[in-house]
Amino acid sequence: MPADAAIAMRDLDLGWGGRVVLRGVSGVFERGSLTAVVGPNGAGKSTLIQALAGALQPLAGSIRVAPGLESSIGWLPQASRLDRSFPVRVIDLVSLGAWRRVGAWQRLPDAERERAMQCLARVGMAERARNLIGELSGGQLQRALFARLMMQDAAVMLLDEPFAAIDEATSALLMDMVRAWHEAGRTVIAVLHDLDLVRSRFPAAVLLAGRVLAWGPPAQALAEDRLQRARAAVASW
Amino acid sequence: MVDALHALAWAPFEQFGFMRRALAGSLALAVSCGPLGVFLVLRRLSLMGDALSHAILPGVAAGFLFAGLSVGAMTLGGVATGLAVALLAGGVARATPLHEDASFAAFYLIALALGVLLVSLRGSSVDVLHVLFGTVLGLDDAALRLVAGVSAATLLALAAGYRLLVAECLDPGFLRSVGGPGTLAHLGLLALSVLNLVAGFQVLGTMMAVGIMMLPAASVRFWVRTLDRQLALSSLLGAASCYAGLLFSYHLNVPASPAIILCAGAVYAASLLCGPRGGLLARRFSRPAAAILQGDVK
Repeated sequence: MPADAAIAMRDLDLGWGGRVVLRGVSGVFERGSLTAVVGPNGAGKSTLIQALAGALQPLAGSIRVAPGLESSIGWLPQASRLDRSFPVRVIDLVSLGAWRRVGAWQRLPDAERERAMQCLARVGMAERARNLIGELSGGQLQRALFARLMMQDAAVMLLDEPFAAIDEATSALLMDMVRAWHEAGRTVIAVLHDLDLVRSRFPAAVLLAGRVLAWGPPAQALAEDRLQRARAAVASW
Repeated sequence: MVDALHALAWAPFEQFGFMRRALAGSLALAVSCGPLGVFLVLRRLSLMGDALSHAILPGVAAGFLFAGLSVGAMTLGGVATGLAVALLAGGVARATPLHEDASFAAFYLIALALGVLLVSLRGSSVDVLHVLFGTVLGLDDAALRLVAGVSAATLLALAAGYRLLVAECLDPGFLRSVGGPGTLAHLGLLALSVLNLVAGFQVLGTMMAVGIMMLPAASVRFWVRTLDRQLALSSLLGAASCYAGLLFSYHLNVPASPAIILCAGAVYAASLLCGPRGGLLARRFSRPAAAILQGDVK
């Protein structure tokens, strides 16, 4: 894999229950890059992010992570995946971000709990720490999930629809955090639907529709003819 | 008044050793089954408990076939077939398009039929009833030791693996992404369920043991919000059901095992109706306030 690569994919086939959702994906996410993954619904965006996060095994091909980064991948799943009725407090959800440092069998150290509180304070949620997750609004839950991602302190950040169904103020706060991570040299890969946001704030974009249709600066990758091809490809399935 | 209360609520346990043994065995079972049931509910595996309770039957029956009413043989057999069905069902779900619940249903129905067939090969219908509905009023030392040991081991395992189980039940995908042993947590939960159901069949029978696992677990969320309190309350409600069920059984001269589960069922019905957190009455009376907040009621 290239020396400046954070993650390299080769001939990757991904899918669920024997059905291939994404076929023949090859490409490199460079260290410190900020990349948006876009495409119509069903294009395979979340599937790709889950495979990069290690939550989904490839059907074929390989994902190689640069040495030293294997255990430094943070993942923000879609908030809708969480069971909101689960009787867990916000602070406990955020503390799960310390998993790689704490492991399964020991009690959460006080220092990690303090760190979780600081992460919650960064997203303006310190006063909600003892609330149950079911008592949060959609935007507040997304802030809490961002706090969990901060707890992971990862070199590679994978965000799956981070700004879906949240208010503008929360979106702006979280986008600023994404920019700050990028400027601090972290690799950030985000699934997004807002093409204007991608064009204005992201230096690179990957357009998916069952395969990679384009990869490069948004001005080229998200040109109208390519977007139409992506929509037509997904509609034809 | 005090004498009447004493005669009603405590004298049976004071007078009869078999009642004290029944109380000790069923309380030990309830204390560990409740929290286990809460985790099964949260992992959306409520019906797996039912499936596993049927899955242990052929093993128990095989033990009975070879060694008669021997606690050791029937326990070993039950654990073996319970774990085998759990692993087979999980394996089939991963290797084929069949979902895990359908796979479990197929295997447990086969197991149930096989178990009843095996018991009837040697035993009488009375033996079949013992296996299916337990012998809580006839617990011997070996059965009591088994139930107490399984209960203690379960509570220790739940305490040691608490964070792991919470992570697996809340967000299994996230746990996998951070290298957490999600499969161990899933299999551990199923294995603990099998152990408790095998211990439970001594007390309540294979058909009824799952009731003391799932009914308190389904009741607690109507009363308390947080997981730690739900775990503690599930043990308490299960224990109260055992105590009340044994008293009903004694005073009304009805079988103990169904009496205990019916008491747990009454607790569930009361929770469903009166529980302050989502119970039917609470929802009925809080609806106008919610409507006002949404501007539906002027």
